[in-house]
Amino acid sequence: MFMSNGLRIVVLLKQVPDIEKVRFDVETGRIDRSSAPAETNPFDLNALEAALQIKEKHGGEVTVISMGPKQAESSLRDALARGADKAILLSDPKLAGADTIATAKALAAAIRKISNYDLILCGEKTVDGDTGQVGPEVAEFLGLPHAAYVCEIREITKEKITVVSDMGDKYLYELKLPALLTVTKELNSPRLPTLRDLLKARRLPVEVWTAEDLSEYVSPNELGYEGSKTRVVKVVIPTTEHRKGIIFRGDDAVERIAKILLEEGFVA
Amino acid sequence: MSELKGILVYAEVAESGIHPISFELLGKAREIADKLDFKVWSVILGHNISDKASELIYYGADKVYVYDDERLRDLNVITYKTLLTALVKEIKPEIFLMGATPWGRNLAPRIAAALNTGLTADCTDLQVDENGKIIQIRPAFTGNILAHIETVSKPVMATIRYKVMKPIERNTRRKGEIIIRRPEKIEADGIKCLGKISRREVNLPDADVIVAGGRGLKKKEDLKLLEELADLLGGVIGASRPLVDEGWISKDHQVGFSGNTVKPKLYIACGISGSPQHLAGMRDSRMIIAINTDPSAPIFRHADYGVVADLYEFIPRLIALLKKVKKHGKQGS
Repeated sequence: MFMSNGLRIVVLLKQVPDIEKVRFDVETGRIDRSSAPAETNPFDLNALEAALQIKEKHGGEVTVISMGPKQAESSLRDALARGADKAILLSDPKLAGADTIATAKALAAAIRKISNYDLILCGEKTVDGDTGQVGPEVAEFLGLPHAAYVCEIREITKEKITVVSDMGDKYLYELKLPALLTVTKELNSPRLPTLRDLLKARRLPVEVWTAEDLSEYVSPNELGYEGSKTRVVKVVIPTTEHRKGIIFRGDDAVERIAKILLEEGFVA
Repeated sequence: MSELKGILVYAEVAESGIHPISFELLGKAREIADKLDFKVWSVILGHNISDKASELIYYGADKVYVYDDERLRDLNVITYKTLLTALVKEIKPEIFLMGATPWGRNLAPRIAAALNTGLTADCTDLQVDENGKIIQIRPAFTGNILAHIETVSKPVMATIRYKVMKPIERNTRRKGEIIIRRPEKIEADGIKCLGKISRREVNLPDADVIVAGGRGLKKKEDLKLLEELADLLGGVIGASRPLVDEGWISKDHQVGFSGNTVKPKLYIACGISGSPQHLAGMRDSRMIIAINTDPSAPIFRHADYGVVADLYEFIPRLIALLKKVKKHGKQGS
């Protein structure tokens, strides 16, 4: 307990398709997102959980921000049900088609608009984009220090936070607040919202901001597809790799595999 | 400053010296440079690393920028970002490549944002199209698709996955220029590295042989069985996420989307069904052998050799046979 108002924490969330259920059309390279139910990017739930734990310990307020189509509101409501205090959805056709730079600019602008923040948390990456770039890019656009792959938060004081960053070997970093962290799944186990909380969250407000609402902080032509620096030229769905696919059953399988290991020089 | 067009390669420093991914990037940069009549430049930052710069020339660099300073010993993302951003603004490369290591993926986005340029993460290939444009190829959707990406700003920035590019042969007669930089001011705003606190138990990305266990294992002690097989093959133990979640083995051993991406010469999946998350971490292994009781397990569709069997029966017999062969081999020689 170190200050009267506690920490003001912003959590960045993305709604993603359930990757186990998405269908990929090998012929056309189309990703049929409608085939899969949407969920909150699993890594972002660890970021939210960390924010809620900090709030429980030190007091404060948790604001969740997402960017996406209208239906991303359900991920924000889920976050409210888990204990977030305030939810903002950046949603506007002008924001669509954004690469990581244009996404990070929109999120950074929204955080500037909120103006009062001590800590920004997000997942280490998303399961659809897989880039892990948006977090560090937001930090750079806001001019804040960041630590990536945070698997442990050791200490928080009014001025600074000490964290363990897992980059293969583990490093201890001390960051001056405000700062941004991207977190791994090892950080914690996200809580589940109760049914009661879910029902209650259905009535809570989710603010929707458009590109125009951010225009004081970023020019609209820096956002969305227009503001993107990369373009997807084509998508290829790899068919199952060029594998031999030889299946052994029965008693001679041991001999067959041993022979392959020997012939390939794996048995020194 | 320079009229010449160039490709800049960030050489990452590992404990043992230059991280091998740096040589792989130089190999690819050399190939593209020769095609487009560009130069290959490299940059290395760290402490007591000046003597390593010539290695970068042996592997294809025409010019190497060296920032050697005690204050660069720690991996400080602000310090490194500031120096690299300034260098890019000075020498204006067309392309800037970094390794998709955890450090590279941590640092690259900060630089891309500072330069306001596009960055493509974790590429598995770079191609030059008929117009001389760079096409970056990368897996997305947890490895389910391959996106072809073009950058419309400069420089084209990409992080490249380990073990996908080939280094050129080391040639100690290659000549190049080494430029030593002594930065006066080193910015480290707001971040202090208090040091490395633990070393990974095992380096899976570097391993040639991985014997990995999954849900098919019944208890923690059974990992010993896999360990014995791995020892015989000169390999190390990997695991799918459930075993790490159970606390049977440390995350250093985890293969998959939220763990390590690996590309060994041999991957033996024991009792692993092959979820998309697991496949994303190992599907590029050179040879894959899968052992599973369930003939419909997805892992079999990604394996060169599949064995439909109980690993508790199969692996002890395989170990016994390999031991016998080994002993026999020794006697024979």
